[in-house]
Amino acid sequence: MLEIGIGHYLTLAAILFTLGIFGIFLNRKNVITILMSIELILLSVNINLVSFSVFLQDLAGQIFAMLVLTVAAAEAAIGLAIIVVYFRNRGNIAVEDANLMKG
Amino acid sequence: MITAFVFYLFAAIVIASAVMVISAKNPVHSVLFLILAFFNAAGLFVLIGAEFIAMILVVVYVGAVAVLFLFVVMMLDIGFARLREGFMQYIPLGGLVGLILLVELVMVGGSWVLSPAIEKGRIFPTPPIDQSTNTHAIGNILYTDYIYLFQGAGLVLLVAMIGAIVLTLRTRDGVKKQNISQQLSRSPEDSVELRDVETGSGV
Repeated sequence: MLEIGIGHYLTLAAILFTLGIFGIFLNRKNVITILMSIELILLSVNINLVSFSVFLQDLAGQIFAMLVLTVAAAEAAIGLAIIVVYFRNRGNIAVEDANLMKG
Repeated sequence: MITAFVFYLFAAIVIASAVMVISAKNPVHSVLFLILAFFNAAGLFVLIGAEFIAMILVVVYVGAVAVLFLFVVMMLDIGFARLREGFMQYIPLGGLVGLILLVELVMVGGSWVLSPAIEKGRIFPTPPIDQSTNTHAIGNILYTDYIYLFQGAGLVLLVAMIGAIVLTLRTRDGVKKQNISQQLSRSPEDSVELRDVETGSGV
């Protein structure tokens, strides 16, 4: 219990991942909170990568954590830009009203 | 002992603020709790010995992504109360899926034991801390072995930047703007006209 091993970090990442998924279910109508939940999921992936990298004594995992970080930043920028454009055209950002394409 | 205490402290704050992110009524509070979660995750990374990733996490997330979220949340005039309708209705389904996922992940991850033969499989072994720091070691392989991935990450950011600009740029009608090339291409012939005006009568 007092010896912090890789299991502790993996459990933390698992809880964080689950909270992210739960957040997507909970805030079905609020696309901004959905984006924040995705950021939480990516953070948990990063915790996994970095903890494996440290406990396996292999630096490659930290490089991939940086790449995940890059993609997360790009995704947030594009997602928020889409939200801004959508709000400009429709006047709200309710996910349920986004049915113009009848998908 | 102290390591365990710090780990549990940081981990508890990360999880508590993640709960607040997904359940806060006000999205501004959600963003602020997201910042708290990222700060504490960075603390965990420092604790585990990955300082560079920790600092990058703070710089990129708190400095860029969270501020971007704050801008958008505060700029858009949205009735967030209406977006929360049916919040309770999704709890059973979401809770069920989340619980199953959590049990599976903890069963896989919590009982993970590293094999002693793992040393043979290392791609880039971490150098001892008295030979080079974490940042130095990452730089040594990031700019050599992973140079294509590094450049690819740069391209991803470039595409994201261009995409965001193209998406949000708009040309409005009825706005008077200075057009320098139009101004410079005017000549006296087509802009000045000389008329003989008779004395005593108007133009």
